Amino acid sequence: MSAFTSQLRTEVALASRQGEQLLVSLGIPLLVLVFFSLVDVVEVADVEQAVDYVAPATLALAVMSTAMVSLGIGTGFERQYGVLKRLGASPLGTRRLVGAKTALVVLTEVSQFVVLISVAVLIGWRPPTAGWVPALAGAALGTLAFAGIGLLLAGTLPGLGTLAAANGLYLVLLLTGGMIVPLDRLPSAVAAVAGLLPAAALVEVMTGSFIAGRTVGAQAWIVLAFWAVAAPAAAIRWFRWE
Amino acid sequence: MAISVDELVISYGDTHAVQGVSFTADRGALTVLLGPNGAGKTSTVEHLEGYRPATSGSARVLGLDPIRDHRTLRSQVGIMLQSGGIPTAIRPRELLRQYAGFFSDPLDVDELLERTRLTERSRTPFRRLSGGEQQRLSLALALIGRPQVLLLDEPTAGMDLDGREAVRAILDELRADGACILLTTHDLDEAERTADHLVVIRDGRVVADGTLAELTRRDDTERFTFRCDDRLDPDALGAELGAAVLRTGPGAFRVDAAPTPDTIAAVAAHLATRGLRLDDLRTGAARLEDVFRDLTSDATAAPNASGDTA
Repeated sequence: MSAFTSQLRTEVALASRQGEQLLVSLGIPLLVLVFFSLVDVVEVADVEQAVDYVAPATLALAVMSTAMVSLGIGTGFERQYGVLKRLGASPLGTRRLVGAKTALVVLTEVSQFVVLISVAVLIGWRPPTAGWVPALAGAALGTLAFAGIGLLLAGTLPGLGTLAAANGLYLVLLLTGGMIVPLDRLPSAVAAVAGLLPAAALVEVMTGSFIAGRTVGAQAWIVLAFWAVAAPAAAIRWFRWE
Repeated sequence: MAISVDELVISYGDTHAVQGVSFTADRGALTVLLGPNGAGKTSTVEHLEGYRPATSGSARVLGLDPIRDHRTLRSQVGIMLQSGGIPTAIRPRELLRQYAGFFSDPLDVDELLERTRLTERSRTPFRRLSGGEQQRLSLALALIGRPQVLLLDEPTAGMDLDGREAVRAILDELRADGACILLTTHDLDEAERTADHLVVIRDGRVVADGTLAELTRRDDTERFTFRCDDRLDPDALGAELGAAVLRTGPGAFRVDAAPTPDTIAAVAAHLATRGLRLDDLRTGAARLEDVFRDLTSDATAAPNASGDTA
């Protein structure tokens, strides 16, 4: 077995044993999807049914929870326990370690998407085919952006600090990112700031791709691309291995 | 020689952890880096492991620079960190299989579990293993890639007697196979039992370097030591022998007289009449503990230890 697959297999085994992480990465998005699709609290003018907005927003939420929260917290504790330090003295190497972690994030996101999309379709979501290409491109950029933020927290704060910061940020971005409450419902000052953050940008890319009659604004792509470059760069710059 | 350290200096800001350490460690030998906590042992080993850059001086592991040639060395050097390094939820067999995947010719995982007496615990999460079991797993991890050089930081800390025996047996085999083993400890008993070569380090400097016999040899034949219950009054014994008798530590005494059969008989008789047992009488060599205490305590503090305390 190659060093990469050996590492990936361990990453998957350990992740599957983290019940609370599974809750964040799958339980919460699923709950948000079902609850806000069926309970009539989200009012969006240009959609026929709530799920048309909630489903793509939930996909954005899934990306954020896996790439930022799960990856960040997992890596933060590995750093605190010296796991990264010990791996650094093995022949695995940084590239294959980062590769295995990336693969874990992608595998998790694929599973999340399969579950969330299936449930959304059951609820009545009918996404237009043309939406998939920009949506998946957005998901890829969002993954880079959020993974960069998660790793920046993990590489600079102690394990519990990462746990608190990642969860806190998750909650703030969940509320201000348009994932439940559309951005135009927020006070205009809050909405203006939120529009510069990766959560709202990813939600706009997702909803803009899938809601008929909408397009994705240039600002959303620029903001998302900026974070996709800046956050990993900051993580590389400031990440400390121990 | 597998490891050589030459005038190594490691500083963290204003803290000078290592201040010009030099020593060598050979293949087929167990070298012990011995010193009190904070002496600079871990910093030295972490440089050899490729973690800590040197402020000045240099080191070679298998002829290579531990920092610059880290990528080449990491497949040939087995390391054991002082603590941590293992995910708390992982199981021993799982961890060893993971690391086995990183090497081209790893040891057999099941055999290694057997050797480190972890077979019964191979499916127990790391956090539920005892301190000794965690240390043995960490040692197994160091061995998995058949390393030529082993760097072990406090390998027997927190281990029970059985665990220590198991580790000693493994280290003996590795040494016989020609591996170079460098281990740090502050446990004198451990050092005395296992070391082929001792490097005593204090305040970031080497204060003694040699075999156990070399370090404990006494050049003068005009003194000997023994242990006995602390109730012994050294002055009374000294008066009877006509020589100075000093208490060098709790239950440890030194007689400044040649260890002739008559003198030793007189000591034994003196103790016997007081119902005290004579123990650990040494004539040719000092105890490592005494040598170590002399080497690592402040010169000004040394006379106090042999004087009127207790």
